[in-house]
Amino acid sequence: MALQSLDIARRSATTTPEPQVRQSYTGTVAKLIDTSKCIGCKACQVACMEWNDLRDDIGTNVGSYDNPPDLTDRSWTVMRFTEYENPKGDLEWLIRKDGCMHCADPGCLKACPSPGAIVQYANGIVDFHEENCIGCGYCVTGCPFDVPRISKRDKKAYKCTLCSDRVAVGLEPACIKACPTGALVFGTKEDMQQHAAERVADLKSRGFEQAGLYDPSGVGGTHVMYVLHHADRPQLYAGLAADPHISTFVRLWKGKTKPLALVVMGLTALAGFFHFVRVGPNEVDERDEAAARQALESAQPRRPPPGAGAAERRP
Amino acid sequence: MTNHWVDIKNADIVLIMGGNAAEAHPCGFKWVTEAKAHNKARLIVVDPRFTRSASVADVYAPIRTGTDIVFLGGVINYLLANDKIQRDYVINYTDYTFVVREDFAFRDGLYSGYNADKHTYDKSSWEYETGADGFVTTDPSLAHPRCVYQLMKLHYARYTPEMVERVCGTPKEKFLQICEMMASTATPTRAMTMMYALGWTQHSVGTQMIRTAAMVQLLLGNIGIAGGGMNALRGHSNIQGLTDLGLMSNLLTGYMTLPSENEQSYSDYIGARAFKPMRPNQLSYWQNYEKFFVSFMKAWWGDAATADNHWGYDYLPKLDKVYDMLQFFELMNQGKVNGFICQGFNPLAAAPNKGKLNASLARLKFLIVMDPLATETSEFWRNFGAHNDVDPKQIQTEVFRLPTSCFAEEYGALTNSSRWLQWHWKGADPPGEARSDLEIMAGIFMRMRALYQAEGGAYPDPIVKLSWPYAQPHSPSAEELAQEYSGKALKDLTDPKDLTKVTRKAGEQLAGFAELRADGSTASGCWIFCGAWGPTGNLMARRDNADPTGIGETLNWAFAWPANRRVLYNRASCDLRGKPYNPERQLIAWNGSAWGGADVPDFKADEDPAHGMGPFIMNPEGVARFFGRQNLAEGPFPEHYEPFETPLAANPLSPTQPLALNNPAARVFPEDRKAFGKPGDFPHAATTYRLTEHFHYWTKHVRLNSIIQPEQFVEIGAALAKELGIVSGDQVKVSSNRGHIQAVAVVTKRLRALQVEGKTLHHVGVPIHWGFKGVARPGYLANTLTPFVGDGNSQTPEFKSFLVKVEKV
Repeated sequence: MALQSLDIARRSATTTPEPQVRQSYTGTVAKLIDTSKCIGCKACQVACMEWNDLRDDIGTNVGSYDNPPDLTDRSWTVMRFTEYENPKGDLEWLIRKDGCMHCADPGCLKACPSPGAIVQYANGIVDFHEENCIGCGYCVTGCPFDVPRISKRDKKAYKCTLCSDRVAVGLEPACIKACPTGALVFGTKEDMQQHAAERVADLKSRGFEQAGLYDPSGVGGTHVMYVLHHADRPQLYAGLAADPHISTFVRLWKGKTKPLALVVMGLTALAGFFHFVRVGPNEVDERDEAAARQALESAQPRRPPPGAGAAERRP
Repeated sequence: MTNHWVDIKNADIVLIMGGNAAEAHPCGFKWVTEAKAHNKARLIVVDPRFTRSASVADVYAPIRTGTDIVFLGGVINYLLANDKIQRDYVINYTDYTFVVREDFAFRDGLYSGYNADKHTYDKSSWEYETGADGFVTTDPSLAHPRCVYQLMKLHYARYTPEMVERVCGTPKEKFLQICEMMASTATPTRAMTMMYALGWTQHSVGTQMIRTAAMVQLLLGNIGIAGGGMNALRGHSNIQGLTDLGLMSNLLTGYMTLPSENEQSYSDYIGARAFKPMRPNQLSYWQNYEKFFVSFMKAWWGDAATADNHWGYDYLPKLDKVYDMLQFFELMNQGKVNGFICQGFNPLAAAPNKGKLNASLARLKFLIVMDPLATETSEFWRNFGAHNDVDPKQIQTEVFRLPTSCFAEEYGALTNSSRWLQWHWKGADPPGEARSDLEIMAGIFMRMRALYQAEGGAYPDPIVKLSWPYAQPHSPSAEELAQEYSGKALKDLTDPKDLTKVTRKAGEQLAGFAELRADGSTASGCWIFCGAWGPTGNLMARRDNADPTGIGETLNWAFAWPANRRVLYNRASCDLRGKPYNPERQLIAWNGSAWGGADVPDFKADEDPAHGMGPFIMNPEGVARFFGRQNLAEGPFPEHYEPFETPLAANPLSPTQPLALNNPAARVFPEDRKAFGKPGDFPHAATTYRLTEHFHYWTKHVRLNSIIQPEQFVEIGAALAKELGIVSGDQVKVSSNRGHIQAVAVVTKRLRALQVEGKTLHHVGVPIHWGFKGVARPGYLANTLTPFVGDGNSQTPEFKSFLVKVEKV
């Protein structure tokens, strides 16, 4: 799946080092979603379906403009509409394009136990390689934005790729190409931050004093960023996470716990070695054999399923 | 549009009213975001609903549907009362100082000359006063009580902010805030653009709404300048081309008109249209009408159009009345129509009152539907349960379906809202047996002509003598037709000042309509398109977007009619001496000997401004009109009338005159009048509209569009929903006096309850896109609900204001 023009910087559940010869001289990429320019036309949704050969079901109207009403394995981006009455008593219709945020510190990748199922490219894009996906759903738990969806058809996880295939050959993502108002723009993260600063200044001149850029540090920043009129209250935008973090569980499992476990394993091996040197090899006598047989028989009904013994894949 | 899409980026204020550009024109709307992002523009949206456009607006104000004249009349009153007008412009470039005839009168909502039995006016008093010199009398001091300024001031003095609040339900502070923002463009260096669409046209007083808005723009000096104008957003990629090419029942091409039955004489016909100047030294460009008309007749009938037969004048039908869509279905309903060719048109969905339409179509002997899709109209006879509950056994109409190619499967020119004729190339071949509309029409013509040639008939000449010079007669090419409507010389044309000098050889394409002649030596199928395919080739195919002055005047991109001009009336962007009012956004200027600049001057190219020729050269006055004279059915100044289905018992502006409740000059057929509902039975104001996810009734046949907007819904304000115990997702029944629909309720804060005449009024929103054909979830045609009445002038149906009742199912 990887292309020469798309160096991989990180892979899930893998320890072999990544290639490091080529340097990214232009920095990482980012998509900027300007909610103040977005009119909710859903051209991005259609472009996403067309480029990625996805067709979701023709659903029903559930009493709102949100259609499909949620992200699915075949809807990698959806518009979320929120009606908000501001303190002045004026109505605001906040429209947010939802989808993968492409975190610099991706919780999905950290949580993923399947080698190479989730990768992060050197340009910042976080991509799912479904052929390696085992459908465990840990990425769902690991995502602070509730983005990945497990397909009912093939039990694999799907989400926005930021059109990594297009970006790899110098094109913008399909949604950017389709956006009629310039609410979606794409470029280097640095350029997008600069563009966002201009947009924020414009919004402040229109009375949105809390306008700002959404690029949350809790996940190391994101490669999909929002310009928000109310950056102090991202939750107004259909519950956008105010301060997203990778869940404690994933952080413990891949953060402090993992090196700790490695240390414990190392110490165990070391202790065994010294035991061997100082005491000699373990001798098995008949009593030991009998006790072991008994223990095995009593444990059999509760024997774990095959494959579950791979300790490095299941905690 | 007087201006064009790109020019919107030059605006300082953008008013979207009578339209929802973000929703219905999302691609063009990019120029609004450009104006906001790079020109610090402020966006105002006035609409009964808080729309997608409103979601990115700086200021939004709600308004009761159908009351835009009160709002805009209130703006006129504000501008006049607070002296927020661009005085120099208004005095010199409008009829502000003109004096009106003494017998002109307005009382209790009616103008002088009303005939209550016929619902029409004798308009003779609606005219300026003429002096001994034969020209209109003016009073530059503005003191004359019958000068246009005084009459207008008096007329709109009744449109106070309080009246606006009472009638429109718009909070007074919001209204005044908007007035102030608009008034900021009365200075020469600020511009406001107005963007509108069907939200103004689809009312019984739609034309007058647009006129009121244009009057606001004139007071502010916003017509003819970059970033200004009255900008109609056309709803279909070639609907501008449709009107340009005269596909209205009363039009010829280029906005020439068909004769009426009392215009049997050719010279009377021309004389009534070639307006003589009403003020000294005015151009009055329609004086050239005969040149356009003769060239048109030569394009259609070629050698058969001669001076002796008045260029084939007898070939043209002479109208006894206007055969608009409503008139035609009325005749069909009366059993007076045998056959109907329905080309690229789905009237069962697109005309009002589906019940009447079903009954009318069932009275036809045959119906031919030319369309790429299996439309509702083509299956009006089939039972689709509650969505089309008819008995096929009772319907004898024979239906022929002729599959046509889709727009992307053919090539040629489309005219957009900017008046740009843009050549496009086909993307794919049509599937199956589909043929282009051109090919089908040519085939029908060839067969009809053969029948007339073989069998004669009462008057076969117009058909038999029609010029048909195409290389493949059964399939004319887009190039051939484009060259025909653009025009060519039929003989060598010579310079009138030097007859030995040939300016255009016989057979050559013409560069523009200035070359057209009334002696039969030129042919041009549509004078305003003349030059689109000029001597240098197809200008419509040009794609050079160079913009040397940075204000979006890309003169080498496609071809804009007329004469590749991008901003109409651009002479008005300069002061009396020909100096641009706004040096930052210059369109044209006078350089001492000629006019020129970023745009093609809308003026006589070498006319010294010192001679006083006015900038509005198509008007015989030479200036723009506040006083509309006899041009519209209802009267010279727009006056508010309630929609035909109104929640009010009386017109608040003329409460004692029942004849002035609704448009007194509208044409209403008796049976349709009986079918109007009353507020006692139908207490809620309803309006129909489009959604960005769909295009009319086409895209419900498309899976992608159906995924993103799958099922019919109606929008109900939170207050009404609470009153009726409805929550989002419930099924509701919406009824008018003509029928009902059932759909999912979307309960929203975006539809606010309004206080109108001291009572709470709720709006109900009815999106139109669903029907009983296609891949989206089947639904009801929204026009089941709408009333069969049109605008008093254009006869565009009143789809935007009617009465309904909402019930929970």
